[in-house]
Amino acid sequence: MGNDNIAELAAVTKRFGKVLALDEFSLVVRPGELLALLGPNGAGKTTAISLLLGLARPDKGSAFLFGLSPHSMAARRSIGVMLQEAALIPELRVAEQIELVGSYYPDPMPVAQVLELTGTKSLGRRPYGKLSSGQKRQVQFGIALVGRPRLLFLDEPTVGLDIQSREFVWSTLRRLIAEGCSIVLTTHYLEEAEALADRVAVVAKGKLIATGTVEEMRALVVRKRITCRTSLRAEDVSLWPDVQSVTADRHGMRITASNAENVVRRLLAADSDLHGLEVQSAGLAEAFTELTQEVR
Amino acid sequence: METATAYPAGRAWRAYVVEAKYESLRMLRAPAFAGPFLVLPAALFLLFGVLLFGPEIAKDPKTAWFMFLGFSILGVMGPGLFGFGIVVATEREHGLLQLRRALPAPLSAPLLAMMLMSMLFVAIIMASMAAVAPLAHLYIPVLKMLALAMVCILSSAPFCAMGFLIGSLASAKSAPALVNVLYLPMIYLSGILIPLPKSAAWIAHLSPAYHLDQLALTSLGAPHEGSWFLHVAVLAAITVVFTALAVRQIARRG
Repeated sequence: MGNDNIAELAAVTKRFGKVLALDEFSLVVRPGELLALLGPNGAGKTTAISLLLGLARPDKGSAFLFGLSPHSMAARRSIGVMLQEAALIPELRVAEQIELVGSYYPDPMPVAQVLELTGTKSLGRRPYGKLSSGQKRQVQFGIALVGRPRLLFLDEPTVGLDIQSREFVWSTLRRLIAEGCSIVLTTHYLEEAEALADRVAVVAKGKLIATGTVEEMRALVVRKRITCRTSLRAEDVSLWPDVQSVTADRHGMRITASNAENVVRRLLAADSDLHGLEVQSAGLAEAFTELTQEVR
Repeated sequence: METATAYPAGRAWRAYVVEAKYESLRMLRAPAFAGPFLVLPAALFLLFGVLLFGPEIAKDPKTAWFMFLGFSILGVMGPGLFGFGIVVATEREHGLLQLRRALPAPLSAPLLAMMLMSMLFVAIIMASMAAVAPLAHLYIPVLKMLALAMVCILSSAPFCAMGFLIGSLASAKSAPALVNVLYLPMIYLSGILIPLPKSAAWIAHLSPAYHLDQLALTSLGAPHEGSWFLHVAVLAAITVVFTALAVRQIARRG
């Protein structure tokens, strides 16, 4: 394992019956970074996380946490975990749940500090079973933080949260990163990855198909989006060179172009009344779609 | 390279204490789950041993003892089998067991906490049985009652292990049915509530309830079958084998 890596999957292969979940898959998590693991459903993200957490063993290859086996108790004492589907004990109050999980760690945060950090102070005395699904996610986030982890695994942490709570989680994550914590985040919200991630890893069909910063991912996609209001017909524009797709409705026309400059010149020449022109670079969403489509 | 966090030796016990504290709180807050286990054995003994057949039993103390031990053993089996079976299956299905495995939680801490709770339940059940025994003209000396209670409390372990294995295999919905499939034949085939015909008496040896019944008779100084050592060995072997199978199952499939 590389000396700088907090966690690593080294050429791991994992099968579930006939399904090849991960195929010679390698991934590293570096100190102090937020790594977003992206991929369509069934891509292998959860399997990768399971191997790093020691919940499953690779058929081939190796998994490391802090240079140790993920099954090692010593390694697990430095991680925090928020799984996508993990109901806590419904009869226990929120503060009690946090104290219980804190008892597994060498130097846990005081319960009050966890409640403060996750914006759940008002929930401390409420039974977990009586919380809304969004509130339960907030408590699970607190459970992940109570052990002062140096590596945090978050699986879809903001699903079911309202905008305010989501912003709160994001600001807490930024604070943790600033304090040197490493985070592995899986999310279906690409804007979440775009807002938080230092590095993105795109997984499809059990393989790591691209990795880099959000900017590097965007740069992989040369397409640009053009929007405008025009009297030109979408069927005609779609036949122009450099135009990849066109849609039009009462709000205007949206064009995806491989060479935006050429298309804009021709648009302006063809329609002198054209207005509301905007050209945008592809976002992470477009990059993700294009990258994962290539391996389908 | 990053190093793993050291664990102060003084904190090792804390997870066990906190786990036991919250396991008991959790049970206290779910009276609908715990109540029937605690009330049923003494209530059944009162119904059959006092209300329905009280006059007959007054003439035949052997039948009173038979019923008293039968319903006591019924009480020993319930908390371990149902408590472990249903709680472990539910926690597995809801992902809590997987979360515990990912966290630095010692797997033995919640198991020991649940086992202690089952033993506490058995202690309460035995206290309630001792309280109602005089109503069926059974007057048990304190020391003998304590010895019987101790045997029953310790003998709840194999039933916890059997419940643990069911919980590690079954879904939350099917666990209660599977526990009943095991629980009811174990009671009836052990001959602890309904005597078996002599030709079928050997079947009782297959049921852990029979071995517990023989140990209970030994603790009371009453006539019993086989050596106490053999009965202890059978119950200990069931505890070890079923626990090992359940731990293996959870490690493999979560």
